[in-house]
Amino acid sequence: MKSASIVMIIGSALLLGLFVFPLWSIKLEAPQYPSGIGMYINLDGLEGIEKHDLQNIDGLNHYIGMRTLPKPEDMWEFSVFPKVVGGMAILGILIGLIGLFKNISPKWFLGWLILMCILGILGMYDFNAWLVDYGTNLDPKAIMKMTDADGNPLSYKPPLLGTRHILNFVAHSYPHTGAYMMGFGMFLTFVAYLIGNKKMKSLKT
Amino acid sequence: MNKICKYVLGIATLIFITNCGNNSNTNNSGAMASSKAEKVYVAPGEHDEYYAFFSGGYSGNITVAGLPSGRMLKEIPVFSQFPTSGYGYSEETKPMLNTSFGFVPWDDSHHPDISQTNGELDGRWIFINGNNTPRIARISLETFETEEIIELPNSAGNHASSFITENTEYIVAGTRFAVPNPQRDMPINEMKGEFKGPLSFVSIAENGRMNLDFQLNMPGFNYDLAHPGRDKSHGWFFFTSYNTEEANTLMEVNASQNDKDYVAAVNWQKIAEYVKNGGGKKVDATYAHNVYDHKTHMATSTMKEGVTMVDPREVEDAVFYIPIPKSPHGCDVDPTGQYIVGSGKLSTDLSVYSFDKMITAIENKDFVDESYGIPVLSYENTLAGVVKQPGLGPLHTEFDDKGNAYTTFFISSEVVKWSLETFEVLDRAPTFYSVGHLMIPGGNSRKPFGKYLVAMNKITKDRYLPTGPELEHSAQLYDISGDKMELLYDFPTHGEPHYAAGIRADIIKEKSKKYYELSENEHPYAAKSEAEAKVTRNGNEVHVSMTTIRSHFAPDNIEGVKVGDKVYFHITNLEQDFDVPHGFSIIGANTSEILVMPGQTKTIVWEPKKEGVWPFYCTDFCSALHQEMQGYVRVSGRNSNTPLKYTLDE
Repeated sequence: MKSASIVMIIGSALLLGLFVFPLWSIKLEAPQYPSGIGMYINLDGLEGIEKHDLQNIDGLNHYIGMRTLPKPEDMWEFSVFPKVVGGMAILGILIGLIGLFKNISPKWFLGWLILMCILGILGMYDFNAWLVDYGTNLDPKAIMKMTDADGNPLSYKPPLLGTRHILNFVAHSYPHTGAYMMGFGMFLTFVAYLIGNKKMKSLKT
Repeated sequence: MNKICKYVLGIATLIFITNCGNNSNTNNSGAMASSKAEKVYVAPGEHDEYYAFFSGGYSGNITVAGLPSGRMLKEIPVFSQFPTSGYGYSEETKPMLNTSFGFVPWDDSHHPDISQTNGELDGRWIFINGNNTPRIARISLETFETEEIIELPNSAGNHASSFITENTEYIVAGTRFAVPNPQRDMPINEMKGEFKGPLSFVSIAENGRMNLDFQLNMPGFNYDLAHPGRDKSHGWFFFTSYNTEEANTLMEVNASQNDKDYVAAVNWQKIAEYVKNGGGKKVDATYAHNVYDHKTHMATSTMKEGVTMVDPREVEDAVFYIPIPKSPHGCDVDPTGQYIVGSGKLSTDLSVYSFDKMITAIENKDFVDESYGIPVLSYENTLAGVVKQPGLGPLHTEFDDKGNAYTTFFISSEVVKWSLETFEVLDRAPTFYSVGHLMIPGGNSRKPFGKYLVAMNKITKDRYLPTGPELEHSAQLYDISGDKMELLYDFPTHGEPHYAAGIRADIIKEKSKKYYELSENEHPYAAKSEAEAKVTRNGNEVHVSMTTIRSHFAPDNIEGVKVGDKVYFHITNLEQDFDVPHGFSIIGANTSEILVMPGQTKTIVWEPKKEGVWPFYCTDFCSALHQEMQGYVRVSGRNSNTPLKYTLDE
């Protein structure tokens, strides 16, 4: 049971990487931006890839009537997400620590993982909803009102995951280091569950 | 018989040379031509390998080109007003052109030189001299903007400048037109012995600040060019002089009578030490020192008083004259510091002096004469050798990294390559036409980059499509990496480049500034956000602190300005991105536009003369809505009561 608990501790501790590294990155490319322009989505707010990228993205977006990018105080997510992630990391580590000293069922590990998955899906859902709102809820006085081939207003929503052409830009939206650490950590907690399960079975026989 | 043989051989050689010329002509249109094209071709989006900084001569500025492409990258305003950016027109930069004679909006820029550390180009700054109203400017190679200009008092015709010692300790300025020192009202034809040719030594601080440390009050000859010692001769400076006749009229004849003029060898380290220990005499002088600050984005001009004047006879073993074939131009020191190449422009030979021999001659007090109390060394005993009959009208020499020298010949219109070991001519290449100086990147330092040579020509004639009587000067690029020089390319330059400085691009390109940090802007009238934009009145002065961002001004409607007001438009560019300047101009302004870089504040003055509603606009095509980037100022009558009001989108 010891090794499973250590893996559990490591796995859930990897969540803490989100406090250091970005969760997501959105990069924009266009001919007149040879080195690109973009932002990191951190747990507690947005950050330009280059020093003034947020201001410059806002500068571009104002032509098509998009709102300015949110400051940390503009969105509840930036204060709640750190608490949720921090709380889950602590919870996972606690479960692991208990497992180190006492025999607990590996189902606790699985339970933690299921809870984390649910929260993750909710987070993604929320993130996507924000992207939709941000990309489609435009200023009626926008300088440029673009429509698609059917005459519907163009959506400027960046993709949740992947690459998309938006006017003269190509937008790339991908998870970043923090997310990869979280993903790997979650995988480790599943490994912890499997190891624990195996141990339990061998104990029983 | 012997004579006949020589003639036959001579004619045979001529035929051979002519044939060679023909051969190379046919090669030009063949396969060789394409390989030359490849050597200068810089593909779209690719960068040049070298920066070249050409003096603008009577443009007063510096133009920056890339090598090998010859593409012009920028013109840096230095001594001349430059409406393209508003330099010398904006309130912030007008003080840069202040002198003890008042505002002097032009000069004749001559010899750029890049700062050095241990005799190698370090790419911090480039300096250049103004010849007409003696000045030296320092230009930052981070911002490519002129940061400092110092005036040289007591001098006239600052031609032997702006050459830098190998750790950027000192930069020199000369006097090409001997003048009374101090200036006074006296008959011109009594100049002999009365006029002086002061040489100025300007020290450079760690942060680049220039300080006129002392002036060496030399006899009244005309000091033409200079070169600091390198490596083993570090601590010395060499100046050529002409008109040792001290003629004051019809100089082309009367200053060409003496068979030899002088190279002045100056041990500046000794004199600097002497001055440091209280030597020299403080004399009256008034000169301007102008400094541009990148935090306030403003220049300030300070009038300085007094200078330390050193009599060259009072410092022991510090100043000597060496005879040189008449009316010399360049005296150029090779990378080892051992050889000083004197170009007597009316002589057919090149005199190469040995630094070691010079020191020995000084130690042995091997003097042949004295000129106004300055010992004259023997020509023969300081000579390392003579390059015999290399061409006509030698002017200037630079060096490669393989022990070769390259000298320009104005009259025979060619560049000649010769060996520093044997003093034999190795190769010659024609120039088009009448070459002045040449430039090998790093070619005046301890470490030349011996790949390219640029010849700067004085006469253009038929080289390009004709453009009326006035033509830009022509430059030629040669590949000097092989045994023979190969002419690669021909390109026009701006103004009259008297000299250029070149440096490997990678030494400076990474640190080139992209924009100014708005948060660091300390301009007293900067509006760092639209909320800070405002209009204030102080008597008949109106100060508009206005912002720009794609694609509008804030405010863009202003009312309450009156006829007779003096309106200061302080424009702050809020952009924080590379290459997004905004411009500003207003109808009837008696000045130029201003081009404001991201994060910067610039000011122009407008004095409205008529009632009405007058437009202003952005002069730089900044964005898709650039055309809409405009606004209005309502001007009311002198005694009207229109309240001061400024708005955006109301």
